[in-house]
Amino acid sequence: MKVLVAVKRVVDYNVKVRAKPDGSDVDLNNVKMAINPFCEIAVEEAVRLKEAGTASEVIAVSIGDKSCQEQIRTALALGADRGIQVDVENGVEPLVVAKLLKGVIDKEQPQLVILGKQSIDGDNNQTGQMLGALANMPQGTFASEVVVDGDKVSVTREVDGGLQTVRLSLPAIVTTDLRLNEPRYASLPNIMKAKKKQLDVYSAEDLGVTVRRHVSQVKVAPPAERQEGIKVADVDELVDKLKNEAKVIS
Amino acid sequence: MSTLVIAEHDNNSLKASTLNTVAAAQALGGDIDILVAGANCDAAAAAAAAVPGIGKVLLADNAAYEHQLAENVSLLIAEAAANYDNILAPATVSCKNIMPRVAALLDVGQISDIIAVDSADTFQRPIYAGNVIATVQSADAKKVITVRTTAYDGVPAEGGSAAIEALDSVHDAGLSTFVGEEVAESDRPELTSADVVISGGRGMQNGENFKLLEGIADKLNAAIGASRAAVDAGFVPNDMQVGQTGKIVAPDLYIAVGISGAIQHLAGMKDSKVIVAINKDEDAPIFQVADYGLVADLFEALPELESKI
Repeated sequence: MKVLVAVKRVVDYNVKVRAKPDGSDVDLNNVKMAINPFCEIAVEEAVRLKEAGTASEVIAVSIGDKSCQEQIRTALALGADRGIQVDVENGVEPLVVAKLLKGVIDKEQPQLVILGKQSIDGDNNQTGQMLGALANMPQGTFASEVVVDGDKVSVTREVDGGLQTVRLSLPAIVTTDLRLNEPRYASLPNIMKAKKKQLDVYSAEDLGVTVRRHVSQVKVAPPAERQEGIKVADVDELVDKLKNEAKVIS
Repeated sequence: MSTLVIAEHDNNSLKASTLNTVAAAQALGGDIDILVAGANCDAAAAAAAAVPGIGKVLLADNAAYEHQLAENVSLLIAEAAANYDNILAPATVSCKNIMPRVAALLDVGQISDIIAVDSADTFQRPIYAGNVIATVQSADAKKVITVRTTAYDGVPAEGGSAAIEALDSVHDAGLSTFVGEEVAESDRPELTSADVVISGGRGMQNGENFKLLEGIADKLNAAIGASRAAVDAGFVPNDMQVGQTGKIVAPDLYIAVGISGAIQHLAGMKDSKVIVAINKDEDAPIFQVADYGLVADLFEALPELESKI
């Protein structure tokens, strides 16, 4: 079984991103970039499926300019077998990413496609589901457990109040939630090996996709700042403030 | 202009998030209808019909929709969308699962998690864990939008009497089946709609210690949440997570206990009306957003707080 796993290059999750003073965009100068945390979980899950003998090949794909090859190499160092970069400008929106991934699916015919549930830059939480619709595949989103069983996959999903399990016909889409697994660290020998793994580059035209804008960013602004409050000396003062000043408890 | 609001419900009753979404639809203006898709969901449809200001309720009652499987419900919504300019749904776990599928079927972009309507095609939404508010414009004639429910006060639940119209078409994609669910039974209010939320972080040290929050939660009728660090450490389940990739809450009172205040957590709670932080590290970033900060050992402060409220 071939597994396709999508990875995105995003700002490192520790970075506090700010709007540029002129409001034209966010300021990403000299900011550390990394693989999106949920995508890292997706890679780990795919590699575990391969280690368990369920998957025969793991292909890591990223959509973006040449810089995203760095994140593909990270995925290769974690255990993916080969990589695909779809060379488009950065910041392509989810629907277009989904169309490009559909193009890759048509070429590679994977049985399972694993993506992160959301990227921590745009916070859209859309691509996996859109890909499901475009490829007419079922989806197990926000997955905390994935069990492949013949031509089906059971996915346990994080839902309000608990967990839900669905059974999907393969080929299928899975998007990862936090508790699916704990990604490994890449070892130095594996990082070296990753440099030699195959990495193909496609253009949007190769995949028959026209890149266009459906939603454009007009401007960005910082959120309304919260006024810093006060420190209270003890529990008595806290209870008093909540009762008599904030009036949120009685 | 016309808007179809997708109801969030449990087949018996309407979730409060539906009322928040109707409020966002009102901000867009024009006619508003509600779609209730489920199985044996007459009661939910009746509740939707009682919402004031609704034109009509579309009721799709079929076993294929019972568990809100995205493969089936998205086909239904995409078909119903033909008659509307906007399709709005709350940005809840269930609708986040379904709506991007609808958008792709319609070949339009989705605008996720809006917090304000600037005009018929321009919206505000948080990005980068809420550190930045983006104003975005849609070029699509038909708009698929999810609404951050904490940004809108819900409309009243009673007072209207809209007509209920049954939709007969059945969409079963045949790709997925529901196997089961494990839902924790709780008498506490839901995290996203509670007036008071008390959350624990890594400082709680283990899952057992979350019991210290329960007595306070009982007294304040509060929901209990957690930071991502506490979930990552395995103290509590992920559905308690408040933050960028968990639940977004904005209660009247939010009490953060043993939570340092990472960006990801603040993204989920900083719109709360009053924030209390209890942490023994006086330099913890949580104090920068707290209205009332108490520098104390939580193992001493929590029992004392419970006894004094």
